[in-house]
Amino acid sequence: MSDSVPASHQPHPYPGKLIIVEGIDGSGKSTQLLLLQKWLESREHKVFFTEWNSSELVRDTTKKGKKNKSLTPTTFSLLHATDFASRLFHEILPPLKAGMVVLADRYMYTAFARDVVRGVSPSWIRKLYSFAIRPDLAFYFNVPIDVAVSRLLGGTRANLKFYEAGMDMGFCQDINESFRIFQSRILTEYDKIVPEFDLTVMDATKDIETQQSEMRQVVEKALVNYKTKRGTHGRRTLFWRRFDLPKSE
Amino acid sequence: MEGGRYFGDGLTYLNPSDLKGKLVAIEGTDGVGRSTHIESLQEWLEIQGYGVVTTGWTRSNLMSKTIEMAKQGNILDRWSFSLLYATDFADRLEHQVIPALRSGFIVLADRYIYTAFARDLVRSGDRKWIRDVFGFALIPDLVCYLRIDVDTLALRVIESNGMNYWESGMDLRLGTDLYDSFKKYQGLLIEEFDKMAEEFQFEVIDARKSPDDIQDELRTKIQSMLAAEKSLNAVVP
Repeated sequence: MSDSVPASHQPHPYPGKLIIVEGIDGSGKSTQLLLLQKWLESREHKVFFTEWNSSELVRDTTKKGKKNKSLTPTTFSLLHATDFASRLFHEILPPLKAGMVVLADRYMYTAFARDVVRGVSPSWIRKLYSFAIRPDLAFYFNVPIDVAVSRLLGGTRANLKFYEAGMDMGFCQDINESFRIFQSRILTEYDKIVPEFDLTVMDATKDIETQQSEMRQVVEKALVNYKTKRGTHGRRTLFWRRFDLPKSE
Repeated sequence: MEGGRYFGDGLTYLNPSDLKGKLVAIEGTDGVGRSTHIESLQEWLEIQGYGVVTTGWTRSNLMSKTIEMAKQGNILDRWSFSLLYATDFADRLEHQVIPALRSGFIVLADRYIYTAFARDLVRSGDRKWIRDVFGFALIPDLVCYLRIDVDTLALRVIESNGMNYWESGMDLRLGTDLYDSFKKYQGLLIEEFDKMAEEFQFEVIDARKSPDDIQDELRTKIQSMLAAEKSLNAVVP
């Protein structure tokens, strides 16, 4: 535990594979991850899905803090780290140790981008997450802010939420404009994170199916020496019933 | 405080240099009578005309219920365990402690970051991560450590409330029953507190003495800290 190089910078020692997606809201990353999951499952891989800020441990607290707007940049950040720690321990590590493919919708890089824009120290947030394991593959869905905004306002999520739009930052009273400013700053942070952690950049302006085909090629390469777990074929119900199915954006 | 200082990275969006009040932390293991002493200290300070605010471990609006729930489930890993406490601490720091210090209050903290350091170390053997996490905390003006030996502590806890699961560190499986586990766990915590007492220059107070003697010692330490502040202010107009 007291190694000088944190776990978050070293390859993990487990037989499974961890694949994560990152990107701002409206980048289409969740859609791509869902399609990847379909493909992996069709190829008989045992897949486990987990998403940002979804653990029961802190869900109610985050909701409460958001509702009465009492969250500060630091408590906001710590709550997400608690959620992440809990999911890492209970959801990500067990399937990885069992040799499964774990798909994560957002990972620590989301905190590195978003929490820093909210105002926490970039070095503190990296130390906070030093217990995280490094993914085998990390995709970043790069999209210009205008495309993301038009996707979100045009259909998939017409009503932006207070925190999603960074309204807590007091950039602007207009929620759509606030969203634009907030997400643009997050994009700037992602631009620093991509080289720092060697994320695989995807052009998220391309067609859904074009992106998916590129993504599958990259994953295929990464899984070359990976042995599929087939032991529980057809009998995954017991393990799965306890978890929610993935939701698309 | 006169220019508060952060323990580590700090809150980048909050300059601590204008904090006028004083931050006093009372540390020590379970069952040394911290809360009773803090009540008496508050009374004593208020009679002298000082504004006093108290803050206690896990007592934030945001987190107290969540922590209770998590403890009941007994499903906490080391990181979530420590991060829940860090979130509670941050909420109190930003909503109670810092506003009070800015207005010139004396803040009496029942437990401080050192409790989290000791508990995390016992669970992980690693000092670095937890100290990084609490880098946003303010360094107290005074830390009083109520020190007790584990044998006296065991007797005292059995006589009062009895030993519970978490005070006994049962999640660590250090002993076969509550008593063995309690002694090992609290023993390890005391060992770490003793080390930190030197590293961070705690004022160590023997908690085996009578409550009156302990209270007197606490008052002496606080009084001299306040006096030192006054003389400092006299030099710099």
